[in-house]
Amino acid sequence: MRPAAVVGTGQTHHAAKRLDVSMAGLCREAIDRAMADAGVDWPDIDAVVLGKAPDLFEGVMMPELFLADALGAVGKPLLRVHTAGSVGGSTGNVAASLVQSGVHDRVLAVAFEKQSESNAMWALSVPTPFTMPVHAGAGGYFAPHVRAYIRRAGAPEHVGAMVAAKDRRNGSLNPYAHLKQPDITVESVRASTMLWDPIRYDETCPSSDGACAVVISAEPTSSRAAWIRATAMRTEPTTFAGRDQVNPQAGRDAARALWQQAGITDPLSEVDAAEIYVPFSWFEPMWLENLGFTDVGQGWKLTEAGETEIGGRLPVNPSGGVLSSNPIGASGLLRFAEAAMQVMGTAGDHQVDGARVALGHAYGGGSQFFAMWVVGSERP
Amino acid sequence: MTRPLSAPLDVGFDYTRSTGPTLGRFLSDLRRRKVTGIRGSDGRVHVPPLEYDPVTAERLSEFVDVAATGVVRGWSWIPEPLEGQPLDRPFAWALIQLDGSDTSLLHAVDAGTPDQMATGTRVRVRWRDERVGAITDIECFELSDGPAADPVEADDVTMVTTPVNLHYTHSASPTEDPFLRGLMDGRLIAQRCPACSKVYFPPRPACPTDGVPTTEQIELSDRGTITTFCVVNVPFLGQRIPPPYVSAYVLLDGADIPFLHLLLGVAPEDVRMGMRVEAVWKPREEWGPTMRNIDHFKPSGEPDASFDSYSQHL
Amino acid sequence: MRDVAVVGFAQTPCVRETDGTTNGVEMLVPIFHEVLGSLGLTKSDIGFWCSGSSDYLAGRAFSFVSAVDAIGAFPPIMESHVEMDAAWALYEAWVKLLCGEIDTALVYGFGKSSAGHLRRVMAMQLDPYVVTPLWPDSIGLAGIQARVGIEAGFWDERAMASVAARSRAAALSNPLAQLSGNVSVDELLASDYVADPLRRHDCAPITDGAATIVLAAGDRARELCERPAWITGFEHRVDSPSFGARDLLTSPSTVAAGKAAGADGVEVAELHAPFSHQEILLRQALGLGDITVNPSGGVLAGNPMFAAGLARIGEAARRVHDGSASKVLGHATSGPLLQQNLVCVMEGRE
Ligand SMILES: [Zn+2]
Repeated sequence: MRPAAVVGTGQTHHAAKRLDVSMAGLCREAIDRAMADAGVDWPDIDAVVLGKAPDLFEGVMMPELFLADALGAVGKPLLRVHTAGSVGGSTGNVAASLVQSGVHDRVLAVAFEKQSESNAMWALSVPTPFTMPVHAGAGGYFAPHVRAYIRRAGAPEHVGAMVAAKDRRNGSLNPYAHLKQPDITVESVRASTMLWDPIRYDETCPSSDGACAVVISAEPTSSRAAWIRATAMRTEPTTFAGRDQVNPQAGRDAARALWQQAGITDPLSEVDAAEIYVPFSWFEPMWLENLGFTDVGQGWKLTEAGETEIGGRLPVNPSGGVLSSNPIGASGLLRFAEAAMQVMGTAGDHQVDGARVALGHAYGGGSQFFAMWVVGSERP
Repeated sequence: MTRPLSAPLDVGFDYTRSTGPTLGRFLSDLRRRKVTGIRGSDGRVHVPPLEYDPVTAERLSEFVDVAATGVVRGWSWIPEPLEGQPLDRPFAWALIQLDGSDTSLLHAVDAGTPDQMATGTRVRVRWRDERVGAITDIECFELSDGPAADPVEADDVTMVTTPVNLHYTHSASPTEDPFLRGLMDGRLIAQRCPACSKVYFPPRPACPTDGVPTTEQIELSDRGTITTFCVVNVPFLGQRIPPPYVSAYVLLDGADIPFLHLLLGVAPEDVRMGMRVEAVWKPREEWGPTMRNIDHFKPSGEPDASFDSYSQHL
Repeated sequence: MRDVAVVGFAQTPCVRETDGTTNGVEMLVPIFHEVLGSLGLTKSDIGFWCSGSSDYLAGRAFSFVSAVDAIGAFPPIMESHVEMDAAWALYEAWVKLLCGEIDTALVYGFGKSSAGHLRRVMAMQLDPYVVTPLWPDSIGLAGIQARVGIEAGFWDERAMASVAARSRAAALSNPLAQLSGNVSVDELLASDYVADPLRRHDCAPITDGAATIVLAAGDRARELCERPAWITGFEHRVDSPSFGARDLLTSPSTVAAGKAAGADGVEVAELHAPFSHQEILLRQALGLGDITVNPSGGVLAGNPMFAAGLARIGEAARRVHDGSASKVLGHATSGPLLQQNLVCVMEGRE
């Protein structure tokens, strides 16, 4: 397997409704930035990979087909990945494999979601005959698992609010973030409406329109590159008898394979920044444990000690994360791109000083699809 | 064996699409009874206008007015129109090259009978009376070598609404079928996996850890334990009862997997993990092949189950 | 690069309507059993799983998620999914094998077209702003292409009917085919138009079905299969969606993919041509001359959406496995009017 690197990243300004652009225009806003960042032009791109969550969100079956002109894919190979919420991460990994395998030299990975075209709640709850009525709404699926985590880990109730306040403050440092709340505090989060007890309003992700793009190349195109040191993907069924929904085996297995491939034995010491898919605040400590940054039951202590802030031992979601912007299909690729930006030193006001190794993480479905990568500033 | 139960599944939504500047110009002009194309990198005028060039992928910007009249370049005949199509009587789909354009637009031609249609035939737009800024502002094309109606004034549009209505038949799996038929009689039928012996309720088409169909049927009681839960405080689309209320995972006695259901008959602040519950059924005359037959669960009054008894189901 | 081969293939019968769900589990369980059993493998021997399917075919979001129940995906598996025909899932798996991390992959595709109204569902693939709102049906669109070809002298209704007659006759030797039989061209031409100039026999039937392929690399392939179908060229391309600006009588994406994959000299080809005239067009685009095309009957004899392209590759590989051919080609298409095309060239080695 030959080395591959992220040589350019781009993203849109994320917002609840990007009514100024079409779907093609939204994708191109991210693509044009990524290609400019990489200093490449269309003839330099060998293939395109598009990731997006369910087609019902935009009401287009396989939208990569009608977007082929806008994606610059005409006459080239075009793949469409869909692995639920983890799709943005899978898109990055599939694009990386196209270069690592030697099949292509330079690949454009794009992910987008234009949630304002419909209503995700509707799309996910089309009343399928015979199926169990779900009385819970969007966060209601995950809230019981958060409760189970709190009970199992004995975590104090304010930790979730700490995550939310940190990510939203970080988001205010990110010019592309949907939500920018520099003045948010743990107290104000705790004072926000309890939606799905134990999850409060300020602890949930927004619904965004947005896109992200990265250029992955076998050779650097400028002085900056984020070398892909490892990729991992794992899947398990949505539910099964005895399934651990708080600390799913698929996530643990993916992380173990990832660290091994990257040659990392002590992730907490060796990783300088982590962009982790945290759509509800409590998933930060849950994934810290699942990823092996801490022992089981200890993740919340890292958060509580402030170690996941920018400047802490392991800055988590310096970009503001999913809690600040959530264009679903693009959210995973945003994590991957933000990790690359950290090691390329292009993260601007949310740059973690001296970051040389970073994690990009995505998950989807009922915490069952996992995609991750580790990028580093050093050529392997 | 009888076929598994099936029922209609309708997928319908009015998508709201922001057009962006290029398509916005085209659709706004349709509202004005005007057709606008765009010039591509190779000099060709594209109708409908393309946002990005198929050859260079560059954003296109040179709009070109074209006529609302043109020539049929290819066609097929639809003897039985389908839902949503422009005409409800037999018509032709045609690729129509408008005068001043180098590419062809797809639309319907109201030709009456197929023998009226021919490649090379002249057609013109039949404009809809009520135009909203959509491709359907062109009601269809009609056979004519005369001019089309004159343009009129209209405001720009930046959004277009696209209704999507699709109709499916959803089938239950053969393993789900006895479960659904059982519910019609107020019985809770689970299935045991022949490989791992785990009891699935509701049954799945295959055991998710062994990939084999479950076979042995087991009837369960309607009592169980709350493994975990959340308190729903937020209103949402399609909600049945006003919040706050509790959505809980119920592990039926004898089952190896919990499912989400509604918990009532107790104040949300008094609900606990491990609480014992029982089903409250709807009146028998309302029963169908659905878990909705159980209106909700309520506390049974038994002592709480120990954490160890359900900790493997979280 | 590593050598990778198709070593196993299984598919369900092609049928007009199955009893099962749209998540495909009932169709997948038996063919996983068949393909793994024939190779002496179990699920834990598979390094990577990849599938192709469509939510719009099923009528609900995340329809592919439940399909992993058919695998028994615990302990967790390395897995991915494309919202495309599973031929492209095979491509993703091939790339994964080339990376060297794993030695085996299982690819599957499934579709229950009977659940919806396929002619309308496929309109969802068109431009959502200026084409889909007219609900152009897939057969009506293909009819335009067929007429353009007839008027340009590329084919005629008799040549199209000959393709259909040959497909059905070939399918007599395929026990999994949906349509087979000896029918005369004159008989076919006596039937009514569905969308003039297309008759029923010119259009692939509506089919429920699934297919699966096992790939293996290097020595692992030689261990598993007496005559592996080594992949010597695997390429795909896409054309502009703007079919009003395209020359409908050729398929640039097929031409380019065929050239890059090295289609010259293949002895047998399985072409994914959902309409009779498209087989003529594709044969031309790939420069196949008069070699045997679609010995399985092709998709005119059974068209399980999102599995049919993968099945073409499997059917072609089968000719290498059984020793009846040494160089074969499998083709898959996607999108309206052959917009996206994939070519997989495979060879047997002595
Ligand atoms: Zn089992």
